[in-house]
Parts: sequence; structure tokens; C-alpha cells
Amino acid sequence: MLKIEHISTYYGNIQALKDISISVSEGEIITLIGANGAGKSTTLMSLCGIVPVRSGKITFDGQDITTMTPDKIVSLGISQVPEGRRIFPLLSVKENLDMGAFLRNDKEGIKRDIEYIYTLFPRLAERRNQQGGTLSGGEQQMLAISRALMAKPRLLLLDEPSLGLAPLIVQQIFEIIKKVNEENKTTVFLVEQNANMALKIAHRGYVLETGKITMTDNADKLLSNEDVKKAYLGI
Amino acid sequence: MINLKKIRKAILTAVWFMFLTFPLMVMKVNTIENTVQWRWINLAYIGISAFIFSLFWEDLLKRRDNIASKDKKKSINNKISRKLENKKIRNISLFVLILIVVLFPFIMSMYQTSIITTALMYVVLGLGLNIVVGFGGLLHLGYAAFYAVGAYTYGLLYYHFGLSFWLCLPLGALFSALFGIILGFPILRLRGDYLAIVTLAFGEITKLVLENWNDFSFGPSGIANIPRPMFFGIKLKLAEVTNFTYFIAIGLTILTIIVIKRLESSKIGRAWEAMREDEIACQSMGIDITKAKLTAFSMGAVWAGIMGVLFAAKTTFINPASFTTWESIVILCVVVIGGMGSIPGVIVGALIFILTPEYLRAFSEYRMLIFGLALVIMMIFRPGGIIPKIRKTHQFKVKEVKE
Ligand SMILES: Nc1ncnc2c1ncn2[C@@H]1O[C@H](COP(=O)(O)OP(=O)(O)O)[C@@H](O)[C@H]1O
Ligand SMILES: [Mg+2]
Repeated sequence: MLKIEHISTYYGNIQALKDISISVSEGEIITLIGANGAGKSTTLMSLCGIVPVRSGKITFDGQDITTMTPDKIVSLGISQVPEGRRIFPLLSVKENLDMGAFLRNDKEGIKRDIEYIYTLFPRLAERRNQQGGTLSGGEQQMLAISRALMAKPRLLLLDEPSLGLAPLIVQQIFEIIKKVNEENKTTVFLVEQNANMALKIAHRGYVLETGKITMTDNADKLLSNEDVKKAYLGI
Repeated sequence: MINLKKIRKAILTAVWFMFLTFPLMVMKVNTIENTVQWRWINLAYIGISAFIFSLFWEDLLKRRDNIASKDKKKSINNKISRKLENKKIRNISLFVLILIVVLFPFIMSMYQTSIITTALMYVVLGLGLNIVVGFGGLLHLGYAAFYAVGAYTYGLLYYHFGLSFWLCLPLGALFSALFGIILGFPILRLRGDYLAIVTLAFGEITKLVLENWNDFSFGPSGIANIPRPMFFGIKLKLAEVTNFTYFIAIGLTILTIIVIKRLESSKIGRAWEAMREDEIACQSMGIDITKAKLTAFSMGAVWAGIMGVLFAAKTTFINPASFTTWESIVILCVVVIGGMGSIPGVIVGALIFILTPEYLRAFSEYRMLIFGLALVIMMIFRPGGIIPKIRKTHQFKVKEVKE
């Protein structure tokens, strides 16, 4: 479905990504794990067209999206939950969700999907008229994911959904990510520092170290890999 | 309520204010006779008012906090808007308003009509800038440049080709919008302070070009004898044309309100809203941020262009001095004081902001002082503006599922 082939990305003269290749097939949960500053967010931003790629090629369903603008990429069915959630703080929960459906025109479908979101996250239903900025961290993360889902993506990109959240909430959120993947066949590309949690729900994983992919394997194999254990699982 | 400590504090404040305003309020230099006039009585006024004001300052602040924390349903805004929901009351007040608007120029003097026309022009200018600043969240300090583009469009097209006011009205809008796009491109990546600085420079550059490019714009001497609007090809007498201009201003104001209301609830309006809140998130929603920014600038510029044409026609004379940075600041103040993003707020803001100085001509010497004071007090007591933007809250109930 998604193929990233040998991409390199620079911030000015500093190379943040070095010859990265990742492939994602339909229906999978893929995780990209790595330490802080490894280039995980940069990978997602390059993929979404927000940060330009200097060399290499990205294709989605065989279509070259390397130099496409972010809005075109979203319209193809790739939607991103950016790092740090970035919900619209002054808009209500409901308006945030509406904003997620910006490119859609099917009013009935949007209404139905909002109801689906509310069953997925009953907490958001209770707070539908509350301003986004006044939600707790966990609720904001739920909102950010829901907002991305409102675009009816085929590929959902998540940038560190566990960031700054209590373990219990992280657990909840990851369960829902898994549920969305299973129920809607949404392909998920999950970027995480919390390798343990991410590898538990993912099918396959990639390990990123200072801009380079150093390892890739099935998730359970990575979980039991000695190097990964030492570096990312703290065992 | 009032104790010794408070009184002491108030006295200190009063003394401080007397000291602070001394050069401005007490000394008056007569440059002709080379004498200094000492107006000690002013010092007493300042002292007494500062004393009283500071005595009640804390109570005022407390009251503000009380009001803010109280149930919102009790606030004045809501009372008014709920009254207006009543159809009968709404129809009556609408009828009265229309009656006043229509009869105004026939009852009042030409001078009054002219002042109101100016105020209406600022309503439109404020609403236009509100698109950029209020909806789009882009701080724009060079808005007067677009105003100048409109005015010079009419001035120059009349001078060279004899084009009429009515033809120039859409042309002014068009040129202004183009100018908005031209400015938009280089600043696409800028935000916040940087954007403010660049737009400020843009306004200043426009003025300097108009001042110095004599062959094109006739420099500081400007363009004179621009014709007033004609009524279906008929030239009107001065009194008639003043009324006519007033009605044109009314018409354009209504048009602006309708168009901007439409824009606000349209798709592009929502894109602006998202852009104002968070640019990266906005892009992740599939919103084309380049398009959103450029449309905000050009849609904002359109109204300045139209008003520029009307301004040229109203005053019959234009020169660069009418389009200074101060002009941009005044329009920005109208938006901020009225209530950023709030259409009724901007309307009321413009009327108050432009009309008050006109009717307080007696105090014209202290205009800036009163101005500044009013701004500071405003920002403390009504930080959202006179009529803050009311965020729509959508209510819809989940149907109960029967088991
Ligand atoms: N906007 C930026 N400008 C310059 N350098 C950046 C920028 N964003 C990230 N970087 C650098 O790129 C590298 C990768 O960052 P990032 O992708 O955010 O890492 P991660 O998400 O894995 O923590 C880091 O060294 C970081 O300092
Ligand atoms: Mg990151």
C-alpha cells in the first residue's frame, strides 16, 4: 500500500533522515520505534509532505506522492495525528471533529461517523461542547485520533500517541487503535518511543537510530530481540 | 470597604499620575511669544480623578471577575441576543433602525451625514481587516496600503482615462485583491511578529512609493478634482451628493456584512479558523494552507480597495498622507476594540472609535491621551472586545437506544 524508498530529508544542511525505506501493506499495524531525536516525526512529516524530501521516492497505491502538497496527500486517504496532539484549542470537541471531515461532503456520513466516534470514546461524547483546549491530555489525544479518523483514512499515521500520558490511559488508547484497525481495516503506521506497548499491538516493526533504519522484523521477534530489549525495553 | 491603606495607595497613585502627566497637561509652550503657560488647574483635575479612580480600582476589578465567573446567561450580550430572538421585538427594532438609517441624512446636517459616512467606511474597513486578523489570525499592520490601492485606482484611472466612479468600484476591488495576493506570496511562511513586521514594512513602502514616484502618482501633491459619484450619469449638487454618498456607504456596508457572514460559515471560513488555531494541524486536515492564506489576504484587501475608491470620490482629493501606518493602526484598533472575529463587534467598534473623536473635538488636544487610556481600560475590562465573538455551540442529543 505504502512504499517509502530510500528517502533522505534535510533541515537546512543537517541530514535528519538517511536513506530510509519502509513498506506498509493493507490492513497492517506497523510501528517505527526509536529514541528521542532519531527522526521518527521527520519520517511522518516527510510522508505527509509537510517537510520536503530531498531524494528518494514515496508511493501510495502505486501513485507517486513524493512531491505532493499535504492537502492532496490527505485527500488520497492518508491522515495524520501529529506529535503533541495539536487539536484546535478554541474549537469545541464537535467542531474539532467537523474539522477532521473538512474534505468530505457527505453530511449523513459525517453525522454517522461522529456517532461512531462517540461510541468509541464515550468521554468525548460527554464533552462534545467543551473547548478542545480545556480537555485533559488523554482526552485531547483521543480527540486528535478521532479527528484524524473523521477523514475516513485508509492509512492512519500516529506520532507518539503515548506522549505524556498515564500508563492506564496509554493502554486504553492503544486498545482502541487496535480496535479501529480490526473493525475498519484501517492501516496504521504508529510512531512510538514507548517500544514495549507499540510492539505489543503491531504486526511488524522498524527500529530507527539517528536517521537510519537499523532493524526490521515481526513485532514479536523484535520484542524478544536482545539488542532491542537492551536499548528500548529497559530489560 | 475603604480603609487607610487604600487611601494611602490612592494618594500615591494620584501623585504618580500628576508627575507623569505634568509635561503634557500642565506646561504649554507658546512658540510665538516664547513663553510657557502653566496650567496648574489641570494638575488638580488629574490628581483628583486619579485618586478617585484608584480608590475604586480594586472593586472594579473584583466586579469584573464576578461577572466573568457568573452564569453566562446573565451577561448583557446574552440578554440582548435573547431579546432579539423574539420575533416581534426583532422586527420592531429592525424597522426602527431602517427608519433611522433612511431618514438620517434628511434630518441631520450635511456635516453629520458626512461624519457618519466616514464612520461607515471604517465599518467596512474594519470588517475587511477582520477577515485577515480575526478569522485568519494573521496580524496585518499594513492594511492602509490596500486602501491606497483603491483610492489611486480611481484617481489615476479617472485622470488618464476618465473612468467613472461606478466602473472604478469593482476595478479598485480587483486591483486590491491582486495586491493582496502579491503581498501574500512572500509572507506565506511567516507568522506572528515576523508577519507583523513585514506587513508594516509593506504599508510603509507603498506610501513611500506613492510619495516619490512622481511620474506615476504625482508625489506628495496627490491627485485633485476627482469627481464625486454620479447618480445614473447625472451630476448632483453638493448637498445631494453628500446624501448620495451616505447611501452608497450604507449599501456597501450591508453588502460587506452579507458577504462576510457567508464567507465565515463557508468552507473557506472554516479553513481560516483552522489556520488561526494551528497551522500544522490545519494541514493534516487536508486544508491547503497556501490557498487559505492567500484568500484571506485578498478577500480582506477587496474591501479596502472598494473603500479606497469611495474615499477618493468622497474627498475628491487624495495624496499619500491619507494612507500612513497610523491609518492601518486605527483600522486594527477598530477590530481589536470591537472584538476580533466578531462582526457586530467590529461594527460597533468602528462607530464608537471613529465617532467619539469627532464629537469630542473640544478635547482634540488630548485625543491621544484619551485614546490610550480607553484602550488600556478596554483591554483590562473587556479583553475580548466590546462585543466578543460568541462561539457557536452545536447541540445535538444522542437518541436513547431502547433495549
Ligand atoms: N524544524 C526543525 N529544524 C531543524 N532541525 C530539526 C527540526 N525538527 C527536527 N529537527 C532535528 O531532526 C532530528 C530528528 O527529529 P525528530 O524527527 O523530531 O525526532 P523524533 O521524532 O524521533 O524525536 C533531530 O536531530 C532534530 O533536532
Ligand atoms: Mg518526534
